[in-house]
Amino acid sequence: MAHDAHDNSANIKRIWSVFAYMSVITIVEVAFGITKPDFLHSNTFLGMNLLNWIFIILTIVKAYYIVWAFMHMEHEKASLRWSVVSSVVFLVLYLVFILLVEGDYIYGVFANSTIKWNF
Amino acid sequence: MGATATTETKVWGGGNEPMGASYGKMMMWFFIVSDALTFSGFLAAYGFSRFKFIETWPLPDEVFTHFPFMHGVTAPMYYVALMTFILIFSSVTMVLAVDAGHQMKQRKVAVYMLLTIFGGLIFVGSQAWEWKNFIKGEYGAIETKGGSLLQFVNDKGERVKLEEFVVQLPEERDVLKRSNGTWFLQESSTPTTFSVSEVQTAFKVHPELRVRTERIFQDTDADRKDARLEKGLNKKKHKEVLTRDASQKMMDNAFVVVEGANLYRNEYGSKLFADFFFFITGFHGFHVFSGVVINIIIFFNVLLGTYEKRRSYEMVEKVGLYWHFVDLVWVFVFTFFYLV
Repeated sequence: MAHDAHDNSANIKRIWSVFAYMSVITIVEVAFGITKPDFLHSNTFLGMNLLNWIFIILTIVKAYYIVWAFMHMEHEKASLRWSVVSSVVFLVLYLVFILLVEGDYIYGVFANSTIKWNF
Repeated sequence: MGATATTETKVWGGGNEPMGASYGKMMMWFFIVSDALTFSGFLAAYGFSRFKFIETWPLPDEVFTHFPFMHGVTAPMYYVALMTFILIFSSVTMVLAVDAGHQMKQRKVAVYMLLTIFGGLIFVGSQAWEWKNFIKGEYGAIETKGGSLLQFVNDKGERVKLEEFVVQLPEERDVLKRSNGTWFLQESSTPTTFSVSEVQTAFKVHPELRVRTERIFQDTDADRKDARLEKGLNKKKHKEVLTRDASQKMMDNAFVVVEGANLYRNEYGSKLFADFFFFITGFHGFHVFSGVVINIIIFFNVLLGTYEKRRSYEMVEKVGLYWHFVDLVWVFVFTFFYLV
């Protein structure tokens, strides 16, 4: 990318700064997980509480750093980058959408109809 | 990269690396994509079951509360956060090894590979300790005939362990031996520390005890009007605590004592919870273990000078990709098992 791949000190610096970002993110996640601030925990956005939104977004940020910096995705050709990332992202979103909607539907069946516990 | 690759047809015409990655690295990416989809399948199935039993799913910060050398202290999340740090740090040493490989520094690659191996071993060991605590359990619970799980709290709402109020009575029990059943059916003389009737008797003589159900209190109007729930002990997004009368009614239906966790039932709540825990963290731990084995092989190759002779440390890069992938999976397991 922008900086020279043979410039060693820049590479090393990048590695340690990514480690610092990921440590900070993990500490923030754990702090939120333990304290569970009430205004985040009881307010929901699109059916999920704000705390879980924060956890999931921070997780995706961490995943971005692992794939881009540690797995050197930022130095790969765009064709490799997008054939790997876009297929995984699309298939995972599709699978998660189907399974979570179905799980929620079955919850509704248990809660609202006469069937209580048959599988 | 082929020097002749000037037009689009020649790039994909063969004898070339159109994506700028060697065959081996390409195949590692193929494997990672398929393995990522496997893990997504597991985690999505976990999400499916959790959404299906959204009202009764165990709360993770009540399950994972142990920390080494801090016995009896409730420390949610600290231990698993430490494990996450160990794995991220072993990813850092791995990427430093890859970087040293680019500069053909054999000794540096070996040192960083060794650190990565140690990080991996510490992580697998930590996971084993986590499993031990999960399987052993702490409080114990009762399963009713209807399949729901009852835990015990005192009149202040604090969890009470079975061993704190149940006494072993001198009672006889018919043990199923191999000689008097079907040949493959047998059991130990004491499947659990306490029997169902011992727990029921002890519950009757301890009026301060209440039953805590699997259901999560949502503080809605219907929840507040529910006469079965103990006033003052129920907090929003915590498990529901029943009144003494309702507790006694639930205890009359006791069916089996649950201590710790196995693949059939667990003292934390939904049966599927332990199944998914064992399966997903086990499958991830298996990946870490194979990663350590592969790293050891590559480490010895580095020491033997295999890649020095080859004038390329690309093999270190390939195992590095796998190792980072294991870290990537853990980041998601951490979020969906321990945080959300």
